[in-house]
Amino acid sequence: MNYYNEMNLHILAVSENESFARAVVGAFCLPLKPSLEDIADIKTAVSEAVTNSVVHAYPNKKGYIDIYVAIKDCTIAIEIKDYGVGIVDVQKAKQPFFTSLKNSERSGMGFTVMEGFMDQVTVDSIPGQGTTVRMQKTITNLKTAFGG
Amino acid sequence: MTIKHRIENHVLYIILSGELDECTSNFVRQKLDQILEDKNYQQVIFDFSELEFMDSTGIGVLIGRYKKLKQHKIPIFIYNPSSQVEKIFKMSGLYEIMPRIA
Repeated sequence: MNYYNEMNLHILAVSENESFARAVVGAFCLPLKPSLEDIADIKTAVSEAVTNSVVHAYPNKKGYIDIYVAIKDCTIAIEIKDYGVGIVDVQKAKQPFFTSLKNSERSGMGFTVMEGFMDQVTVDSIPGQGTTVRMQKTITNLKTAFGG
Repeated sequence: MTIKHRIENHVLYIILSGELDECTSNFVRQKLDQILEDKNYQQVIFDFSELEFMDSTGIGVLIGRYKKLKQHKIPIFIYNPSSQVEKIFKMSGLYEIMPRIA
């Protein structure tokens, strides 16, 4: 069981790319033969992070999102990065039900869902420079992985 | 996203299929509000059997509809979500305001 792979995806921060991004990352993880549940968890976490960048990072201007995924053995590391306005108070943003966009029917559950669906989530943000979300998940169904 | 609905014995069934995310949420909001407009029903059941994907955007959409129906004292119930959607519902405490019926 010696698997290693990497990918980069450079996309415009528009909502049409949310489904594209989660489908690509989900497909990239398939060689690990993850369970349907693991794939759903990963796709949901990616969707949350990409949606945050689409909604918040670039108000009224065009911007990009870079997604980098590295798989080493059974561990998937995902980095989702934008170059937008950033988050002033990351701890506050991570609180369940917190949203900076009041009256927009947003749940404020994005980071909570990422943390619930992945093993590890870290958020680094510099106001005016952008936000990077790093997430990690280890796929545990070793029996079926790598043709075993 | 496609949204179908029918009324049976004063129950409004709303069947969601496809992927509910930020991209499709505006369409879903508009369509739901249009369906919910005629108040010739006493309760609403959201059928999630055919929903292939939902992220937390869906929670915002559902809570928005809940607030509107609450004024008319019309309860909402959730039917048959996938295990992925179920996890998001549990995480957000949605079942406290919209119980799951099956």
